[in-house]
Amino acid sequence: MGQTITEKILAAHAGRDVVVPGEIINVRIDIALANDITAPIAIELLEAANIPSVFDREKIVLVPDHYVPNKDIRSAEQVQIMRRFARKHDIRYFFELGEMGIEHALLPEQGLVLPGDVVIGADSHTCTYGALGAFATGVGSTDIAAAMITGETWFKVPESIKFTYKGKPQKWVTGKDLILYTIGDIGVAGARYKAMEFDGEAIEALPMADRMTMANMAIEAGAKSGIIAPDQVTVDYVSRRAKRAFELYVSDSDAAYVDSKSYDVSEIEPQVAFPYLPENTRPVSGAGTVPIDQVVIGSCTNGRIDDLRLAARVLKGQTIDRNVRLIVIPATPTVYRQAMAEGLLETFLAAGGIVSPPTCGPCLGGFMGVLGPGERAVATTNRNFVGRMGHPTSEVYLTNPAVAAASAVLGRIGSPEEL
Amino acid sequence: MITEGRAWKFGDNIDTDVIIPARYLVTTDTKELGKHCMEGVDAGFSKKVRPGDMIVAGENFGCGSSREHAPMAIKGAGIGCVVAESFARIFFRNALNMGLAIFEVPGISGGIQDGDRVSVKHDTGEIIDHTNGRRFFAAPLPPFMQEIIKAGGLMPHVLRKIRG
Repeated sequence: MGQTITEKILAAHAGRDVVVPGEIINVRIDIALANDITAPIAIELLEAANIPSVFDREKIVLVPDHYVPNKDIRSAEQVQIMRRFARKHDIRYFFELGEMGIEHALLPEQGLVLPGDVVIGADSHTCTYGALGAFATGVGSTDIAAAMITGETWFKVPESIKFTYKGKPQKWVTGKDLILYTIGDIGVAGARYKAMEFDGEAIEALPMADRMTMANMAIEAGAKSGIIAPDQVTVDYVSRRAKRAFELYVSDSDAAYVDSKSYDVSEIEPQVAFPYLPENTRPVSGAGTVPIDQVVIGSCTNGRIDDLRLAARVLKGQTIDRNVRLIVIPATPTVYRQAMAEGLLETFLAAGGIVSPPTCGPCLGGFMGVLGPGERAVATTNRNFVGRMGHPTSEVYLTNPAVAAASAVLGRIGSPEEL
Repeated sequence: MITEGRAWKFGDNIDTDVIIPARYLVTTDTKELGKHCMEGVDAGFSKKVRPGDMIVAGENFGCGSSREHAPMAIKGAGIGCVVAESFARIFFRNALNMGLAIFEVPGISGGIQDGDRVSVKHDTGEIIDHTNGRRFFAAPLPPFMQEIIKAGGLMPHVLRKIRG
């Protein structure tokens, strides 16, 4: 019996030839990641235990991205805890303001996560790195604290579900739409505890940014991880960034899957996930008339340069509806400067939007665009739970950047085709 | 150890944003987080809870974020344990790591009503609804996870391993 890419990566990090789904294994980790919400708890645990040193100062990555630039005194104190810890242990990859970007855009961009890696992060969207052909999953602060001491963690080897995407996508259909459609199909617990493996000609044709968007939202189907086999797109992306050697794994043709799904992407329209779960998806043509107050374009899901280019393509020469506030958030300083060089920021500002520095900010209702009672936002983010972006009666509708941009102009949820 | 108290019922897919909204994630203080526990679905929840009460929920409890503040808030509110049809995986792991007792019992939603008096025996996983007289059993945890619980959580477990 062959093995899946996930089983191969886990076996290699457990010092084994083979692992099977369901068994509990101890694995070596390549990167342990935490942010300004989750790192302080881990650091407090390490300090309470009087840990003199971390396992490897180059394999711990600390990114204060959620409430930075600090929104208040208490969030500033959280980052102070990180900063002091980073200095004390000489942590190589602590990203201070100016270098800091949204973690799941930043780490791949900086070549810190690579194909074949095992990555754990105290952030649920750590699964993003599966787009590079890595095994990456979210854990809590205590798991990160333990891993910072030992360089290891435990996993139950997940079963894999294969998702195959065939055909050519319609205009304005992106990786975001494929993953929203999939979550709409299987539900928010549809891949609970499982590895989602994405393949097929439509995935092979996807640029890296869209692959990251898809792997990023595997958690919204309850998955442990999302993964795409590395190919030339992957190698082109990582080879100029990688700071160390990496390994390419692919699934054997006789690997075992607990389930498989197949989609013809030519039948998939741009998607909108209605409140209050990412599984409440509808095609944009069936959204009806939903007036909106705010549009957010950014986040670890859709804040990369490709996403901003797509939004700018729709907004070029347009003016947003006077009842809508448009907030654009480039995910990293590199994305920001690239967008500036290409004139994209000018397009957003000319359309009536604002451009924020890199931060998770409004995605989780932190700052930089929190919603008031009853307000509605279209967002390129990943969650639309009750109160996710602010007041419990506010609403978030999840879309791709093109639909979000078009909606800002229309003042309601709508397609770029309507402009 | 036994938890005995009132059952507070919740539905499927209770996410970490309603368990502890992100605006409160600027502290690591368990008691303070507890004051805002479940605020996204029931604003007055923490004031109503008495020590020993428990949460009884449907499928996929704790889905969403990796914030450990979610099990911390539940503990901080005085909840003795969470019984659900199933748990989201990061929440499950976090609860185990920080010593919040959780019990997976398929079918429990239909068996226990909101407000019922319920007791949960942590070592055997036996759950008794004293209001309707029904009895349930949670699936036992794998031995490896039981070891973590016996050690008092993941950190003591790891420290014991490295310090002997």
